[in-house]
Amino acid sequence: MVLPGFRITLGFTLTYTALIVLIPLSLLVWHASHLTAADFFKTVGNPQVVASYKLTFTASFLAALTNAVFGFIAAWALVRYRFPGRKILDSIIDIPFAIPTAVSGIALTTICADSGWVGGLAKAYGIKLVEFAERYRLDFFDVPLLDKVDGLRIAYTPLGVYTALVFIGLPFVVRTLQPAITDFDKEIEEAAHSLGANRFQTFWRIIFPSLVPALVTGFVLAFARALGEYGSVIFIAGNIPFETEITSQLIYTQLEELNYPKATAIALVMLVASFTCMFAINMIQWYSARYSK
Amino acid sequence: MRFRITEYFVPAILVTLTLVFLTFFLVLPLVTIFVEAFSKGYQAYLNAFNEEYAMSAIYLTIFTAAIAVPVNTIFGVAAAWCITKYRFWGRNVLITIIDLPFAISPVIAGLIFVLAFGKHSGFGGWFVDHNIEIIFAVPGIVLATVFVTFPFVARELIPLMQEQGSLEEEAAVSLGASGWQTFWRITLPNIKWGLIYGIILCNARAMGEFGAVSVVSGNIRGETNTLPLYIETLYASYATVPAFAMATLLAALGLITLVIKTAVEWKIKYDRSKG
Amino acid sequence: MSIEVKNITKTYGKFTALKNVSLEIPDGKLVALLGPSGGGKTTLLRIIAGLEVPDKKPETDICFRGKSVLNAHVAERQIGFVFQHYALFRNMNVFNNIAFGLKVRRGKERPTSSGIKQRVMELIGLIQLDGMENRYPDQLSGGQRQRVALARALAIEPQFLLLDEPFGALDARVRQNLRRWLRKLHDEIKLTSIFVTHDQEEALELADRVVVINAGRIEQDGTPNEVFHHPKNAFVMDFLGNVNLFHGRADADRFVYEHPDTKNGTLERFFARPHEIDLRPDNPDGTCFPATVKRVQLAASVVKIELLDHNSKEIYVEIPHEEYGKFQFKVGDSVFAVPKKPIVFKEDYSI
Repeated sequence: MVLPGFRITLGFTLTYTALIVLIPLSLLVWHASHLTAADFFKTVGNPQVVASYKLTFTASFLAALTNAVFGFIAAWALVRYRFPGRKILDSIIDIPFAIPTAVSGIALTTICADSGWVGGLAKAYGIKLVEFAERYRLDFFDVPLLDKVDGLRIAYTPLGVYTALVFIGLPFVVRTLQPAITDFDKEIEEAAHSLGANRFQTFWRIIFPSLVPALVTGFVLAFARALGEYGSVIFIAGNIPFETEITSQLIYTQLEELNYPKATAIALVMLVASFTCMFAINMIQWYSARYSK
Repeated sequence: MRFRITEYFVPAILVTLTLVFLTFFLVLPLVTIFVEAFSKGYQAYLNAFNEEYAMSAIYLTIFTAAIAVPVNTIFGVAAAWCITKYRFWGRNVLITIIDLPFAISPVIAGLIFVLAFGKHSGFGGWFVDHNIEIIFAVPGIVLATVFVTFPFVARELIPLMQEQGSLEEEAAVSLGASGWQTFWRITLPNIKWGLIYGIILCNARAMGEFGAVSVVSGNIRGETNTLPLYIETLYASYATVPAFAMATLLAALGLITLVIKTAVEWKIKYDRSKG
Repeated sequence: MSIEVKNITKTYGKFTALKNVSLEIPDGKLVALLGPSGGGKTTLLRIIAGLEVPDKKPETDICFRGKSVLNAHVAERQIGFVFQHYALFRNMNVFNNIAFGLKVRRGKERPTSSGIKQRVMELIGLIQLDGMENRYPDQLSGGQRQRVALARALAIEPQFLLLDEPFGALDARVRQNLRRWLRKLHDEIKLTSIFVTHDQEEALELADRVVVINAGRIEQDGTPNEVFHHPKNAFVMDFLGNVNLFHGRADADRFVYEHPDTKNGTLERFFARPHEIDLRPDNPDGTCFPATVKRVQLAASVVKIELLDHNSKEIYVEIPHEEYGKFQFKVGDSVFAVPKKPIVFKEDYSI
């Protein structure tokens, strides 16, 4: 305690944190405590709410999974290989962080709508795919998002929600993995080679296991962010109740109707989910810090 | 032969996958913003700014950031100082609490302030009685923005100051420097790049926040419309070109943020390789 | 006495770094705190500097020239502290690093800028870095950084100079040179100085007094000659150089070997340094210690011989080359060791 300033900085930090974060958050809990259990479960168990939870959790999970796979490949390629455009790609990974969600929301919607670059392709090839499937009687192609008129629809379907969530979660996985891949001790890899392991064996048995904590952390971060995401999703989702309405949108609607208790109840479930994710990340970090030495 | 395959084909496939995936998810949306904004020509783009509501939205956005960013910067520096220079009970809990706003959905962040200051809470009732508007007014927007951008500076500084340790500060104090002198002459020069990066991130988020602000604003055109909310209003009324024209401002801000970030990272790396 | 340390205890949670340590530092001397890492020597130095606060006990005190500084802040103690890894300000060049302590003074105490310049340039001359005042710490070698750190500490005209492992981060050759330079500097400026080291050679060569610290306690405090030739206990003896343990029977003024089978009475433990053991090929009166040659190293200023005794324990012996020339022991030869200056300690200590 030789350096001065402990009391004043800690005092300010605690006061400010209490005012901005802790007191408002505890007010939410205080409001929620006024709900009776019956009311709470009636609100949360409402079919429309349940449908929004299902959509939010499923799309978030699939998006985080997609990011875990492609984010891993991207992080690996960016760290391990030298190719033209690498540095630019590396710096634009953060675009989903840097660009406001409302902006990326309308951009993604425009791309994925029927008239957009991706949406147009999906429509044309979707129709061809359906025709192909009909000709050869491949019944398993009979999936909800594909039809003869519109082809494969992305915007205003759950696929659109998924697309937006992949966009928003991508940097989390890449940015968590990059330092872990960079820091991986080259000597350990060389040791494995010297003992006769080939590249695949070295990767799967030596390198990949040591990257798992970072990969899982990135996955959970992307998943947690997706659960709460609002701006980039609502435009492309179209917010059709029971179909493409995410939970954040539902809370928003309840608030617009001044239905505060309902909004609070729905939000509480999401808050618990977010805190669980945060707890999980802390546990992973604690665990890997403890056992990596 | 097998080694050949892993040596050349695997990298080629992985690099191609990376390029395709990142182009589709990152480059396309970015390009779209600018293409759409200029789709009806240069003049149509400029006309979008020739609107009273556009100017008031830009003004409110800057006003909000001008409050939220300095306040959270001071907080970030104070928090990083006490967390990295001392050991005290509950230190790790404090670090976790500082991260909380990151974990909370923006809509829920807005909801928190609606509940705290809305008519129905005892607290908010007092403000209503005294004719002070918070929710559906500018103070609410500022509060929600402060909450959402709360961790940015602190988060950037804590690991940096942790890594630098306190030796230089101890040396300064042993040579007779006061606390302020130590901070201004030793600590600040050492953390300035990280601090700048934290501030610009904080600023980008403050100007771009949508969900939380949307909940507390009430979307009153010309009064409680920030730039992102105004973009939403335009887009919903099928005014695509003006919406994307406004979006180019925020996208440009984001790109500048990324450029500064890359420069700062390069600078930090350079400093470290020298030291 | 310029520095008096009385009854200092320092605990970190359950770990006790210092146990009731008292120490007096005489004026104008260069004193070494010597001991293994984790022994508490750096903690003691930081407590003297005021960078660390000792446990609160009524009998604890630290006095500089008779005045208590126990409650004085590090900035008020007027000490020059040289940090182990120098802690140079990386955003300042050599000049500004050295000038810092003068520039942060307020009011009348602050010298004029030409006064500061003069003082700094003097110090730069003293540390032989003329012409390098505009360089930044990352453009200096380890030895140069060390000297800048020293000049920076001297700039505030401290009452005492405290150095934490001053040569720890340097390579062997630079270390040697800097060590001699520091001794010369000390002889010139006569500033009471304390330095921490874990290198016994460094302590013996450089210091006027050596304080051996282990496990939070002072084991011995004396001149280099005293601690080396008259160690108070087995720890000091072991720490200040190689040492061999023997078991033998006391006989008049010496210890003699006794075959384990014919032993009568108890055997005593005694120690002997490698250079205080004679080797001979025969055992005229049967009292020498039998051993086998395991290794001979000729490439040194003395011949270093490793023996194995009857219990297969190693004995290290150093004999002059002329002495070795007489018998030319080879690996595998049977030899007999004669400890010349056996040392016995009362308390038990195992090496």
